[in-house]
Amino acid sequence: MTGDETLLHAQDLVRRYTMRRGMFGRPVEVRAVDGVSLTLRRGQTLGLVGESGCGKSTTGRMVLGLEVPDSGGIAFANERMPPPGTPEWRRLRARMAMVYQDPLGALDRRLDIGTQVAEPLEIHGIGTRADRPGRVEALLRSVGLRPDQARRYPHELSGGQRQRAVLARALATSPDLLVCDEPISALDVSIQAQVMNLLSEVQQRSGVAMLFISHDLRAVRQMSHRVAVMYLGRVVEEGEPDEVLHSPAHPYAQALVSAIPHPGRRGGRIVLRGDPPNPVARPAGCAFHPRCPVAASVCAREVPALKRRPLDGRLVACHVAQGEAAPGAGLPQNAMEAA
Amino acid sequence: MLRFLGLRVSRALLTMVLVVTFAFVVLRLSGDPALLIMSADAPPEAIAAFRQAWGLNDPIWEQYLRYFSAIFRGDLGQSMRDGRPAIELVAERIPATLALTLPALAIKLGLGIPAGIYAALHRNSFADRAVMLLAVAGFTVPSFVLGLVLVLVFAVQLGWLPSGGQESWRHAVLPVLTLGIGGAAVLARFTRSAMLEVLGQPYMRTALAKGVPWARAVRRHALPNAAIPTVTIVGFMVGSLLAGAVVVESVFSWPGVGRLLVVAVANRDLAVVQCILLLVAATMVSANLVVDLLYGVLDPRLRSAPRGATA
Amino acid sequence: MRPPLVEITGLTAAFDGVPALRGVDLSVGRGEAVALVGESGCGKSVTWLAALGLLPGKARVGGSVRLDGAEILHAPPATLDRVRGGRVAMIFQDPASSLNPVHRLGRQITEALGLHRGMSGAAAREEARRLLDRVGMPDARRRLDAYPHELSGGQNQRVMIAMALAGSPELLVADEPTTALDVTIQAQILELLAEIRRDSGMALVLISHDLGVVAETCERVCVMYAGRIVEETAASDLFAAPAHPYAAGLLAALPPIDGPRRPLAAIPGGVPEPWAMPPGCPYAPRCPRHVAGCDVAVPRLSTVAPAHRAACIRPLPEGAARELMSA
Repeated sequence: MTGDETLLHAQDLVRRYTMRRGMFGRPVEVRAVDGVSLTLRRGQTLGLVGESGCGKSTTGRMVLGLEVPDSGGIAFANERMPPPGTPEWRRLRARMAMVYQDPLGALDRRLDIGTQVAEPLEIHGIGTRADRPGRVEALLRSVGLRPDQARRYPHELSGGQRQRAVLARALATSPDLLVCDEPISALDVSIQAQVMNLLSEVQQRSGVAMLFISHDLRAVRQMSHRVAVMYLGRVVEEGEPDEVLHSPAHPYAQALVSAIPHPGRRGGRIVLRGDPPNPVARPAGCAFHPRCPVAASVCAREVPALKRRPLDGRLVACHVAQGEAAPGAGLPQNAMEAA
Repeated sequence: MLRFLGLRVSRALLTMVLVVTFAFVVLRLSGDPALLIMSADAPPEAIAAFRQAWGLNDPIWEQYLRYFSAIFRGDLGQSMRDGRPAIELVAERIPATLALTLPALAIKLGLGIPAGIYAALHRNSFADRAVMLLAVAGFTVPSFVLGLVLVLVFAVQLGWLPSGGQESWRHAVLPVLTLGIGGAAVLARFTRSAMLEVLGQPYMRTALAKGVPWARAVRRHALPNAAIPTVTIVGFMVGSLLAGAVVVESVFSWPGVGRLLVVAVANRDLAVVQCILLLVAATMVSANLVVDLLYGVLDPRLRSAPRGATA
Repeated sequence: MRPPLVEITGLTAAFDGVPALRGVDLSVGRGEAVALVGESGCGKSVTWLAALGLLPGKARVGGSVRLDGAEILHAPPATLDRVRGGRVAMIFQDPASSLNPVHRLGRQITEALGLHRGMSGAAAREEARRLLDRVGMPDARRRLDAYPHELSGGQNQRVMIAMALAGSPELLVADEPTTALDVTIQAQILELLAEIRRDSGMALVLISHDLGVVAETCERVCVMYAGRIVEETAASDLFAAPAHPYAAGLLAALPPIDGPRRPLAAIPGGVPEPWAMPPGCPYAPRCPRHVAGCDVAVPRLSTVAPAHRAACIRPLPEGAARELMSA
């Protein structure tokens, strides 16, 4: 297992939706994802953080081929992602799996856990009929469930156990890639730690690569080898978890990091003004500029590109962080939008 | 709001056009009108003359347009039995039907809604169970059975009320009850579940937490929200004011639109059947339109744009 | 001596015979900020819903809740209606569904003003606008005529706070007020609550599952487990030196922001089901310090250090928690 081999590369993904304002309003184009590029290495985890509406889940679904990007492309194991529904796509899909936020919703209430874990084996014709019970048992054990729990139904399990069952099902096809969309946010603190440990164990054992989507920076740091921070459909900063958490370069990342509730610390928090961004009313220039405490006039006009900062090679999309503009004191519309 | 209104009205009109078209197609599919009206052994020349006279040899789309414009003028053809305009025949039956369905509607609303609200507010109490038991009974027993039972008890056994006919208000009591009880049962169940749903909402807890007394919280916070789903079923009941009494009118030999329909179908009096069909469709569509507009009034979420989308 | 603002003693609650609260003792002083932390189902929300008589009718509630010395548990409805919103206000987790969707925001605020301050008409409307201004609502006057669905989650939570302030309460109970909100908005709301408290001297009870949120907002923390308070101490003490192994376990399960990344010290297993509680300490089956004595009886909340109480027969000595966390 080499840590440097690229498993998946996504280039300039764009996903637009048309939505109506109100039931009969004029259709408006919403750019959920607006030019996102990602690279996932084998056996490693990329953390994707951001607030609701930043496009992180849509990005995850595109990576899995559950949604087709309007432009841009995805290469998985150096092959271009085939169109959904084709036999090639299905073959490729067996090498990827998804873990969802709500394990109860992801499981079928009417089937027992064993049947649901066996399902991907049947769909993808893995193993023989005779050895399936053995495989299911091994899968359940590998996620810390007892083999006798195969006969339980989802509602008979606790939240943490359900998430283990979802993970067992996801691992059935021995995937190369696991997309985890907020896998722990519906769980209690003590159970979150169990599931995070389990995901790390699985990765060490099987070498699966993960896209770990979360709004929780602590969890992302715990799980990831690299972190990408998203804001309104774009990656605004990317780097090693400790770089991003300890000295964030982008003002948005700075605010996110300072908002991490932290025992023993009081005050010193950057409180952003305004509401979380609305993809329908996307500001011109840098999408973050109306809430940015250091926005300069150029920020309202030009979209900053994600590029290496000359100073230290950090990947950041910000005119100010790049040293292209002097830090301003925010822009006048702040006063109007201030909340 | 104007846009909302315009869209709903045009949708209602479109539905009516579809219904009229459907009626036309069904009429054509049911056989050659010439053969239906003239007897099958009529001389071929007579049939040819009939076809010529009624334009049955014209292209089908011309016939359709003619049919459409006739309906627009209120000309729905003549009854084949006595040659009177179908619309006249139907119109003179409407008051009789409304004499049953309007009081029945009042019973449905006056009994069903309060019973549903009461049952929801006293969930699992004896009263709730009793109301729901009655509601299930009223809901599952078909109206002709209920009607016959009422006749057996009140007309045959007790002799308090007549079992059929239309001579006095006393004749209307049993059919009105038959119609009203079934509908009230449906409405009670519906209102109860709508109310229970609303009572469990977080905003009810908020209202109580800010010190709103229970009765006032029910009145001002629960009822307006529970009204939204309830309006649907009430709209359906208003929509079936004309057509909802077919069975009951037959059971009680009440000379309303429903009975006319039964007789017309038996006689293959197509013009009359079609006229009733269009009339019923028109009432349904108008009731639906009113319901849609009421939604807009009751639920602000339908009036204006939601905020933003999520990715 | 004046009694504490709220004094809860031996509060119990059960649904259909299944206990949710097993005897909660808690007092809140005037102007104090107290946190109630614990995982879902531990009874932290039920405690305050029970205290204010907001549980559904099938709940069986017992014990005592005194507000300024006067019993309010099972008080007549008219008394409770004056307390709720007037002296003790409450805000909830999901602001969007906690506001009535068919009423304008202004009306929902003025309703509270009418109930508790006898205001109506233009005066009430003006006061509602002032309250919205107070909670940092942009364009407050126009928002009075808006409906909840027209606002974002954070703005709706501001409205909830404005509504709670309408009755000038002595205590605000905030039940997971930021859980449904984005991180940056959570920061705004916490800041707002702190600011209001500074200005008005109102007491605050913050119910949360998030130890970090609690640490920054409150002076005193009560940790709940399986329907009881298991540890009670100053916020700073709890994070430095938790005495109850459960509290220590919760802290250890939190991924660190710095230092080496290694497997988290997860608490094994889950909370016992309410109908299958062990006879002794409910945490015993998961506890690394478990000894035979733990299974004998439910430990009582007792003093382990000045102003620091824990319900444990083998509380962690000071300094031991660090070792446990890094174990």
